[in-house]
Amino acid sequence: MARDDTAALLEQQIPALRRYAYALVRDPDAADDLVQDCLERALSRWSLRRPDGELRAWLFAILRNLYLDRYRQLVRRGRHVELDTDMMAQPATQEAGAEMGDVLAALQQLPEEQQSVLLLVGVEDFSYEEAARALGLPVGTVMSRLSRGRSRLRAILENGRGPTLRRVK
Amino acid sequence: MTAGEAPIGEDDLQAWIDGRLLGPRLAQVEAYLDEQGGVRERAATDRRLREALRTRLAARAAEPIPARLRIAHLRAARHAGRLRRLRAVAAAVGLFALGGAAGWGAAAWRGAPGGAPQPPSAAVARDAARAYRVFVVEVAHPVEVAASNEKHLLQWLSKRLGRPLAAPDLTRFGYRLMGGRLLPGGAGAAAQLMYEDGGGRRLTVYAQAAKGDETAFRFREEGGAATFVWIDQGFGFAVTASLDRDELLPIAEAIYKQGWPERARS
Repeated sequence: MARDDTAALLEQQIPALRRYAYALVRDPDAADDLVQDCLERALSRWSLRRPDGELRAWLFAILRNLYLDRYRQLVRRGRHVELDTDMMAQPATQEAGAEMGDVLAALQQLPEEQQSVLLLVGVEDFSYEEAARALGLPVGTVMSRLSRGRSRLRAILENGRGPTLRRVK
Repeated sequence: MTAGEAPIGEDDLQAWIDGRLLGPRLAQVEAYLDEQGGVRERAATDRRLREALRTRLAARAAEPIPARLRIAHLRAARHAGRLRRLRAVAAAVGLFALGGAAGWGAAAWRGAPGGAPQPPSAAVARDAARAYRVFVVEVAHPVEVAASNEKHLLQWLSKRLGRPLAAPDLTRFGYRLMGGRLLPGGAGAAAQLMYEDGGGRRLTVYAQAAKGDETAFRFREEGGAATFVWIDQGFGFAVTASLDRDELLPIAEAIYKQGWPERARS
């Protein structure tokens, strides 16, 4: 495949990769670091990629693996402590604003596996099958994580800020 | 529900939230949600949260792509970085002057006659693994010149090779330099530097002249010894240890990436 085609195929995916990375780490520079590493890895392994239709699932899988490698400790510990300052910095003034503003922060309280399913399916419009391939899971597992993740997200936002401020040390 | 319809399940509700139901199934799920007010309320909330999350993140995807993420930029940086690192490693591990080393101990080490042709990286990996196996178990004289005499070791090898020589720093992996030796290898000479960690595990870094094009890392495992090998500018480089591939790879990458061009050029 010509180099220009490769570049075009990859660059089409960059906006979505940046969005997913940002949703995971919520730091624009750290997110772009992950995307950069993901693209570098994709370039160096271009000959090993899955067939064309799978490019997106392949790239998101690389990005997620980089994230898990780099943030494993953080992911395992939970992110509540880090969330505190962030949550308190944006007080919820209106009801609608609270739901809208906090939804990303609330997402961060879910286990990473549920976060990723909600992001790939709900934000990136992956089909359930495509999400399953990107995450290396059976479709049934994707569906159950989607269901559990959405219930949990709803509970966090409906129950207000109590669980958000829970400290894990 | 009429006969023959599958009962509404959690998967249907998720697909409804994602707006992925069509035709009769959508109608069935809508009818179900009309009957089950509480379920509809929760599903509708999930749908709103889904939208809220999309809205919250939309700006990230709408931003122009920063220059550092453009593929052309990454390719250029990758190419430049690769050449720079390879030169640094080549110099650091001991880039032999081809003229100086030529003819020295060459004939006997051309490889077995009649064997299938192997890529040069395979020959380097084989020689590196052999040298590893011979000397890594050595108790009395694992190295020819010890690291306590590092300055002399490197001066001596540099003099023999006609090139300045430095040793990769692997302390962040817990490995310290024990010393090194000069060996016959490939069509000329080879250098072996040996490292040891606190638990007595040893690792070797090896270099010899090699024909062939540049290669990326190649991995080989033989007799319990794992080797990463790569070829650059007429030389093959290898790192060998009794480690898993995943344990050895970051060490190989560190050697590959350790750029001390200033030090190497001095």
